[in-house]
Amino acid sequence: MTNQAVLVLEDGRVFTGKPFGKTGTTLGELVFATGMTGYQETLTDPSYAGQIVVQTAPHIGNTGVNSRDEESSKIWVAGYVVRDSSRMVSNFRAESSLPEELNKYSIVGISGIDTRALTRHLRTAGSMRAGIFSGEAAQASIDELLATVKGAAQMKGLSLSDQVTTDAPYTAAHQGEYVGRVAIIDLGIKASTIEHMAARGLEVTVFPAKTDAKTLLESHPDAVFFSNGPGDPEASDGQVAVLREILGHKIPFFGICFGNQLLGRALGFETYKLTFGHRGINQPVLDRKTGKVEVTAHNHGFAVRVPGGENGETVESPAGFGKVRVSHVSLNDNCVEGLECFDIPAFSVQYHPEAAAGPHDSNYLFDRLVEVIKANQNLKGSN
Amino acid sequence: MPKRQDIKSVLVIGSGPIVIGQACEFDYSGTQACRVLREEGIRVILVNSNPATIMTDPDFADATYVEPITPEVIETIIAKERPDALLPTLGGQTALNAAMALHERGILEKYNVELIGAKVDAIKKGEDRQIFKQLVLDAGADVAKSVICGTLDEALAAVIELKYPVMVQPSFTMGGLGSGFAYDEEELRRIVGSGLQASPVTQVLLSESILGWKEYELELMRDKNDNCVVVCSIENVDPVGVHTGDSITVAPALTLTDREYQNLRDISIDIIRAVGVDTGGCNIQFAVNPVDGRVVVIEMNPRVSRSSALASKATGFPIAKIAAKLAVGYTLDEIPNDITKVTPASFEPSLDYIVVKVPRFAFEKFPAANPTLTTTMKSVGEAMAIGRNYTQALQKALRSLEKKGSSFHWGELPASKAELLEAIKTPTDGRIVQVQQALRAGATAQEVFDSTKIDPWFIDQMLLINEVADATAAAEHLSVEVIKEAKEHGFSDAQIAQLRGISEAEVRGIRHASNLRPVFKTVDTCAGEFPALTPYHYSTYEQETEVVPSDRKKVVILGSGPNRIGQGVEFDYSCVHASFALSDAGFETIMINCNPETVSTDYDTSDRLYFEPLTLEDVLEVIHAEQQSGELVGVLVQLGGQTALGLANGLKAAGIPILGTTPEAIDLAEDRKLFSRILEDGNLLAPANGTAVNLPEAEQIAGRIGYPVLVRPSFVLGGRGMEIIYDQDSMADYFERTAEYGLIGPGYPLLVDRFLDDAIEIDIDALYDGETLYVGGVMEHIEAAGIHSGDSSCTLPPVTMSQAQINRVKDQTLAIAKGVGVRGLLNVQFALANDVLYVLEANPRASRTVPFVSKALGITLAKAASLVMVGKTIKELIAEGHLPEKDGTYVPFDAPISVKEAVLPFKRFATKDGRFVDSLLSPEMRSTGEVMGIDVSFPAAFAKSQAAAGSALPTSGSVFISVADRDKPHVVLPVRRLQQLGYKILATAGTAAMLHRHGIEVSVVKKYSDESVDGPNIVELITAGEVDVVVNTPSTGTAIKDGYEIRAATTAADKAIFTTIAQLSAAIGSFETVIAGPFSVKSLQEHAIDRKAALAK
Repeated sequence: MTNQAVLVLEDGRVFTGKPFGKTGTTLGELVFATGMTGYQETLTDPSYAGQIVVQTAPHIGNTGVNSRDEESSKIWVAGYVVRDSSRMVSNFRAESSLPEELNKYSIVGISGIDTRALTRHLRTAGSMRAGIFSGEAAQASIDELLATVKGAAQMKGLSLSDQVTTDAPYTAAHQGEYVGRVAIIDLGIKASTIEHMAARGLEVTVFPAKTDAKTLLESHPDAVFFSNGPGDPEASDGQVAVLREILGHKIPFFGICFGNQLLGRALGFETYKLTFGHRGINQPVLDRKTGKVEVTAHNHGFAVRVPGGENGETVESPAGFGKVRVSHVSLNDNCVEGLECFDIPAFSVQYHPEAAAGPHDSNYLFDRLVEVIKANQNLKGSN
Repeated sequence: MPKRQDIKSVLVIGSGPIVIGQACEFDYSGTQACRVLREEGIRVILVNSNPATIMTDPDFADATYVEPITPEVIETIIAKERPDALLPTLGGQTALNAAMALHERGILEKYNVELIGAKVDAIKKGEDRQIFKQLVLDAGADVAKSVICGTLDEALAAVIELKYPVMVQPSFTMGGLGSGFAYDEEELRRIVGSGLQASPVTQVLLSESILGWKEYELELMRDKNDNCVVVCSIENVDPVGVHTGDSITVAPALTLTDREYQNLRDISIDIIRAVGVDTGGCNIQFAVNPVDGRVVVIEMNPRVSRSSALASKATGFPIAKIAAKLAVGYTLDEIPNDITKVTPASFEPSLDYIVVKVPRFAFEKFPAANPTLTTTMKSVGEAMAIGRNYTQALQKALRSLEKKGSSFHWGELPASKAELLEAIKTPTDGRIVQVQQALRAGATAQEVFDSTKIDPWFIDQMLLINEVADATAAAEHLSVEVIKEAKEHGFSDAQIAQLRGISEAEVRGIRHASNLRPVFKTVDTCAGEFPALTPYHYSTYEQETEVVPSDRKKVVILGSGPNRIGQGVEFDYSCVHASFALSDAGFETIMINCNPETVSTDYDTSDRLYFEPLTLEDVLEVIHAEQQSGELVGVLVQLGGQTALGLANGLKAAGIPILGTTPEAIDLAEDRKLFSRILEDGNLLAPANGTAVNLPEAEQIAGRIGYPVLVRPSFVLGGRGMEIIYDQDSMADYFERTAEYGLIGPGYPLLVDRFLDDAIEIDIDALYDGETLYVGGVMEHIEAAGIHSGDSSCTLPPVTMSQAQINRVKDQTLAIAKGVGVRGLLNVQFALANDVLYVLEANPRASRTVPFVSKALGITLAKAASLVMVGKTIKELIAEGHLPEKDGTYVPFDAPISVKEAVLPFKRFATKDGRFVDSLLSPEMRSTGEVMGIDVSFPAAFAKSQAAAGSALPTSGSVFISVADRDKPHVVLPVRRLQQLGYKILATAGTAAMLHRHGIEVSVVKKYSDESVDGPNIVELITAGEVDVVVNTPSTGTAIKDGYEIRAATTAADKAIFTTIAQLSAAIGSFETVIAGPFSVKSLQEHAIDRKAALAK
């Protein structure tokens, strides 16, 4: 039966569907994402590297694919699971269809399965390894397929930054009045993040993940930024060491997602793996500074633990960077969603203020970055 | 910061009678609001003139005023109750307009009442088109080019730049009343003319045409901390040009990229901030040009609306409930999500299913009306369905309409491809099926798009449905795989049966034999991310079901489906009451319904809610799922109107226990022959009658029993095709006119009854347990027999009947209840002529008047009925305090009088040449809603009912009289009294001569058809606003045409009109009441205390 595809989970659950995209085999960590729009942004988000993404929204592909909405130069997901793939494309901006795009990047997917049952399973059993097998690959026995799945790498302890980062540094010009220069460590950066910074007068230089502190400092940045990205933050000791050095120089720092986790580690906190993570564009986050709630875009399977700071109390950085507090918190599960330092100019958020896909409620954080940069420039100027 | 401590009492204004554009969704929102406020310990004062609502149940407020929603009456209530705040955002446009009127008259300031939910400034910004337009532009968004016009000349000047077609929208009207597209100057003059009249500020907005653009709507909420969330996005399948209430809509939006969707979201949030809706909800409508994505904002409503009810049901996010909490000071993050219980309301629901809403129309009731869909809303109800994909949700929604031909079908093609492509250019009721047929006939997606501008994605989905149909028909044999594929795309067993040329039962047999059944998923607001603790389910064909087993005793309650004329909120009231009563009695209640506007489909109402079509197949599957655990005591079919009743036989045949009156007994009452036997056995009289299948037979019967006769086709709802025929010519005319509808034929004969002229019509609602008959109430109609009971006004208790006559009504009802074998509710209609009682009709089910009776007499009939159906006796119910000891036949001397008045939708329907349809009442029901007036005397109660129905009696002015010859003798006395009260009398020559001879001073007015003399005719006078009251009874000959013109003009001018002498006579005392001064008010709770005291005497 070559028109069949199977999704095999490491705990033995099997879902049968139809091949979608390229036929063949793919392995990865199976996670679900609840956004109702923005499949193209999801697919091209490097943070999804190594993951097989389940879309809970039933109809996927209706608006096709266009070059403007790409978040990076390729599709990063390891595999794609949908209920109904659209037979056609209807949008004035569409340039190609989703199946064409999946084939172009050799992404193995599966459609026609009970994605809700699957999501409910992942919600209780937690994210786990899985494989999609279609065409010839689906001919093997379930036992063999299961063995293949169990042979795949675990997300826990996995470093993926090298796979998604840029090969060589590059620079994006600022727009409008020049404000400053930001050095970015690319751990899986999205195009929208760079756009947001550039639009605010920031000249951006993007460095490969393994760049050392010396190289960063020699670029004379007004701020350093650690991007979002895939993998386990515990497997990124190198970047943590670099960040500690930057923080020691009191250079303004901003981090998003993986960058937030690395700031947490640099400050001396631990990170841990969530049962099934946060992946959606409807997540309520409380900004403790303003008391306001933002509806935000999330994509994280790990989080930072700040003992004693759960309710917004100020705590001491175990690594000696002074006072820190949890500035943003998830209202769904009280997960740490942002960190703010009082003695060094550093802050970060676990979610995605660039929000592509997702609501634009937290775009203001890029303004906050500009404020921090300006404040630091004034400080330096007055010294 | 939680709840405000300074608000101890809140006045909530309801939306009044059900009208097109403002239906029972406001009962749903109002009920939620009242519940929430009371839970917060706030004293709730409610005013709503609509007795059929659940919110006006005395249990939902501390003081319930069933009084007219007028500034005068509300001021009296405010003066008496002194509320701290007024919440006007949950009662539709009616409540918002009332609140604005109170503000403008300085009443809110005078009594220091704070407006909560929306401030005056925000209401003005949202509703005043000019201010709104500027505000949208300031927010960086775009609007269609437009010009505000206060006169026709301004409109003619504006159109030079805007060009035809041009859109016309009057300011401050609801449901798009008076709006439309003008394609040329003639149409512009007409639409602007009526639009200026419809607008309370005499203003219309002319805008550039955005016809054919994609239309979207976003539902938002904002709290006092400026937290904003988008609850739901809705996409219209019908592009711009069709009112969103008349469009097929889908949630979530399916043809937007994230970038485009977030742009709409950003604009929406900017607008809600700029308008300043600081605590509550609003909706914003957008048009998007499919060619280049240009977005224009169409409008916003700074209040809870019809679409917010839809959005609440579609997402599980209860907008009205949360709006009420925000209004008293909570913020979104302080309110828990009802469904998950652990996450807060400050999020945006994510859907892992598709919701489709389809409108239900009633054009068959108004044959003269133009059925083209425009920007004026014309639908009377809607059905919603949920599926795991669009095809499934769409097909489920279409079959939820319960209307012949509303589902896709694969019989003979109705027309050629070319004809169908031409037909679908005009949006009408059922266009979606025409589109499907056009595709079947070979039209390409592009051709359909060119004709309709429906987004190609939706057209492709219809192609897909046709492809699945073809595969189902062509399959060698009907295998499980074939059925499963069809089921995944929403095909019913009946549709598969049609495709295979076998019976529905055979398909079901094959399906069940292979255990192919639907699974039930949960609406959980979060796409499965968190566990849902509220069992709100829908069916689909997939892998996993989520119905949680329970070992309780279960009762399934069948709702009444989409609202339609003849079956509306009254039935939902009964279903909801049954659910409450049975839940209190320890049963697990399971509600099945598909109407998103109702309280019954609130997930809070029953223990379990299944949002499903009310077809035999869908209901059987829910029952099967529930039978997997616990004990099913039975199914309640008596309360959901004809919809639920119609399923009784099928359910019984499938071995499902039916509670209460058996299906056989139900048939007994419906079958004319069997029913006659019951009447004979009980020595009861019916008017002389016969049945005919053609004109000669009908003429023969009429000749035998004598004209006038009442004719009525078999098997119709709401008196469809029912008329009074006065002579042989009219009989021939009737057959000619109705021929095209195929209402009469062998097997479905025309029932011809002797019409009892000058008879009083009586309605009785009673409860029977096999032993005791308990009367809920006896209602006397104010109009003489011959007008559908749903359209007539009535009084409870009766005002002209003696106690002996009332007792006779009870005795005869008992004989019928026994004969039929009723267990539960029974409604009987009688006519009383010359002290002889005739039985007209008996219905062994909840009637439209059950809620009215309950409000008027404080007897909770529906609750008691549901308990009788699960085995309680009436004696026990009395002993336990569920029913008062004395039933509704006992009328204490000083009991208050309640009058029910119907509200008619004539203004919604224009004929093809753009004029209002005739407003004449007949045996065919046409009203959409009702109001109640309650007071110590009949005249005061009647006057209140008129004021509540929107045709308040004037305290002075001129009354025009033009009556048929048969009515002339009866008109003298009432007219004389009107003259004594100071009203000026006008009449046409014939009537004037007669009145003059009786010594009444009368001015002669030129007839409409009289062109022999100069000067304005009566229609021109009415149009000019120079007539305040019109009395016109239908006549024969040339007067028919005159009568039509008069009534149409009166409807257009919003003046009181009497079309029967009985109505006029009843109203005379009421004219005296309105002259005497403002109404006094009393809450239902106060009336209950008075009633108790009166009964104790």
